[in-house]
Amino acid sequence: MTTEVVLKIAISGVLTGLVYGLMALGLSVIFGVVRVVNFAHGEMMTIAMYLVIVFFSALGLDPLLMLVPISAVLFALGYLMQRAIINPFINRPEHSQFMLLVAVALIMVNALLLIFGPDSQGITTTYSFDSFDVGGIIIDAGKVYAAIAALIVAVALFAFFRLTLTGKAIRACADNYNGALVVGLDVKRLYSLTFGIGAACVGAAGTMLMIVTDVTPAIGPAYTLLAFVIVITGGLGSMPGAIVGGVLIGLTEALGGFFFTPSAKTMFSFAILVLVLLFRPQGIMGRKTA
Amino acid sequence: MALLEVSGISKSFSGLKAVQNVTFEVPEGKIVGLIGPNGAGKTTCFNMIAGVYKPDTGTVTLNGVRINGKRPDEICRAGIGRTFQIVKPFAGLSVLDNVVVGALNAASSVSEARKKADEVLEILGLAPKRLQAASTLTLPDRKRLEVARALATQPKLLLLDEVMAGLRPTEVDQMVRVLLDLNKRGLTILLIEHVMRAVMALSGNIIVLHHGELISRGTPDQIAKDPKVLECYLGEEAL
Amino acid sequence: MKYLFEGVSRSALVLLALFFAALAAAPMFANDYLIVVLITILYFAYAGQCWNIMMGFAGQLSLGHALYVGLGAYVTAALYVKFGVSPWIGLFPALVIAGAVGAVIGFLAFRFGVSGVYFAILTIAFAEFARIGFDHFAWVGGAAGYFLPVANYTQNDFFNLRGSQHMFYYILLAMTVAAFVLCHLLLRSRAGYYWLAIRESPEAAEALGINIFRYKMYAVVLSAALTSLGGVIFAFFYNNLFPEQVFHISRSIELILGPIIGGIGTLFGPIVGAFLLTGLAEGLREVMLRLGIDLPGMKQVFYGICLLLVVMFLPDGVWPPLKKKLGLDRDTEKRGS
Repeated sequence: MTTEVVLKIAISGVLTGLVYGLMALGLSVIFGVVRVVNFAHGEMMTIAMYLVIVFFSALGLDPLLMLVPISAVLFALGYLMQRAIINPFINRPEHSQFMLLVAVALIMVNALLLIFGPDSQGITTTYSFDSFDVGGIIIDAGKVYAAIAALIVAVALFAFFRLTLTGKAIRACADNYNGALVVGLDVKRLYSLTFGIGAACVGAAGTMLMIVTDVTPAIGPAYTLLAFVIVITGGLGSMPGAIVGGVLIGLTEALGGFFFTPSAKTMFSFAILVLVLLFRPQGIMGRKTA
Repeated sequence: MALLEVSGISKSFSGLKAVQNVTFEVPEGKIVGLIGPNGAGKTTCFNMIAGVYKPDTGTVTLNGVRINGKRPDEICRAGIGRTFQIVKPFAGLSVLDNVVVGALNAASSVSEARKKADEVLEILGLAPKRLQAASTLTLPDRKRLEVARALATQPKLLLLDEVMAGLRPTEVDQMVRVLLDLNKRGLTILLIEHVMRAVMALSGNIIVLHHGELISRGTPDQIAKDPKVLECYLGEEAL
Repeated sequence: MKYLFEGVSRSALVLLALFFAALAAAPMFANDYLIVVLITILYFAYAGQCWNIMMGFAGQLSLGHALYVGLGAYVTAALYVKFGVSPWIGLFPALVIAGAVGAVIGFLAFRFGVSGVYFAILTIAFAEFARIGFDHFAWVGGAAGYFLPVANYTQNDFFNLRGSQHMFYYILLAMTVAAFVLCHLLLRSRAGYYWLAIRESPEAAEALGINIFRYKMYAVVLSAALTSLGGVIFAFFYNNLFPEQVFHISRSIELILGPIIGGIGTLFGPIVGAFLLTGLAEGLREVMLRLGIDLPGMKQVFYGICLLLVVMFLPDGVWPPLKKKLGLDRDTEKRGS
């Protein structure tokens, strides 16, 4: 086993990790603002992934072109979900919200199963078999494009929250719910927007992930868990934390799968999750709450 | 040796000194009032005695035994019952069951605890509502429930954190009567209170905290005349 | 016995007796298919009751209970297949192992202050750990599955749990009744009061002298150990175990649907929920079969919709309002009876 191979695996893990990070970023944004853990996160991502399949097989559209429209569809889905079913649950106990989203997740997975069947599906783009040769290390072109797109979306999101008025208003809601109400912010609408934005993140991540992997309906819960692992590792509610966590987990799984066995790779990320929960529950980048 | 001896306790929260070097004692069989403007550190003091916070410095002893650093449940079992300023009823349980939970602290069986709980509910006038869910109670009743629950643990020392707040004057008088009666039967009480007519009527001794420091102590009459006390309250609380 | 019936109204007792009598007599009237449905219901009722100890009583949300089912199943199955140990003896190590694993999870979580949603995710993580671990655990078949020898049994071998559906039905019925009675007694015990107090307000519970760490541990260990017994029956009834299925998160979720839909923290919730869910799902299957539709996933979509509706419109579950309708709530003193 040469250094080049290990490096190739590591880089590939980091690139996939960036896409994971974008997915987790969605979860983190939703939790940071709405304080609801989106148990249907991975399931929403599989919806985006199947949208890619539908568009690709019907119109032959490249996933990179579908990034924006699919994110928009997921935004609408997230917005409506928050508005119709989650907003009434804002003051319900934690487990109650959790159950609500478990129900949504259950419906999503199996609705996809009903529509698309249980088999794994994927797409082949014009650059699926391209690769870059960087100093003897071979890197898949698809992964590079996906990671770059994921980074661009993440940066756009940072900018949105820092620079725009709506972004600032959403951060105000996150900091102080009652305060936001008092100064006249329409908190429920901002929550819906936030959930929409979080959903758009998974939409973008799902679209990019289709370049590098296949999808089955049953994979949804695994992605939800992956998003949890990343977000808790990085720090729930921390935006940079989600990206850092994504890269860390992507790297861990790639190397774990390489050195041990691919089917056991998630064990390594769960091990990281358990360690983080026990020794640094606020996550790597998270702030400690009193 | 007093029942409760607090000596030199301090507590800071991320640099902010909430309580600084406070020393006082509560003799057995007495009622002591702890007063001071908002943010004076009264509740922090309580929480250090009750084990919610560990003091940064100083010691707390009950009957000469050090209790600082112990967990809240250990301190309760050692003989200190407490109420919460922001009431924390077991909302889903009946009023009776709320008090039974407290009574189980000293009772050897559930049936014994029930008996004790019924007695306590009778004392606090909650008996007619014993089967209601605690979530249906009004605020004054919730305050009474806090006292009932703490009392049911059969403490030597009862810590009361603003149990009169929100009560009407007649209800305050009623609560004062209940507490005086309990005191007569041997219960020692340390109370934080803003309702001055209650503090004055109840306390043999009063301790005044301001900005985390003990600024005065004495009988109600002495306190009422202390210029330092008047100064710290001026414009903040109506005496 | 007096303690057992204390505070239970006469009408409730009569209804309860009728209900269990009907269940006891059911095999005389039911066909094989219906017996399998009833076995499924009782299995979920039993496992749901066990989960309820942890969540419904002590307020600790576990989303990884499939872990304990799987441990119970694998331990007794392996002991039986490899060493010929009767499941009635094998269940003791199963109880101990499941309880110990529950204790480890509880200890880590409660000592390090992991609670709420984080705790739930930790329980999922451990179940996933077990799933992947058993996938690679070749001694019990790994991902290819582990099988118990099956033959056509002319006689029930009760000692080795080999035999007819009726045998399993009665064993599960006994287990469900036992779990019900146990939970009823627990709720009236010191531990029961303490658990409810911890569920409602840990701070207040602690201030009243309750060692919340210890009592949360009791709840987790008891719940885990009892759940593993469900796994024993699962293994010997179905005769095959696949880590991918046994430990999967969807198993954990399936297991908790009953008590949630029935009513978290109530004694009848898990039973009512199991009947409702499985009953309706089987009804749905029957209708679709008649119509000649075969759609995988339909049952789960239906589960999802049921769960969604119950969580949205009956936050306390089906049982509390039902109890009121039946007029059973008047003379029971304690909530959760």
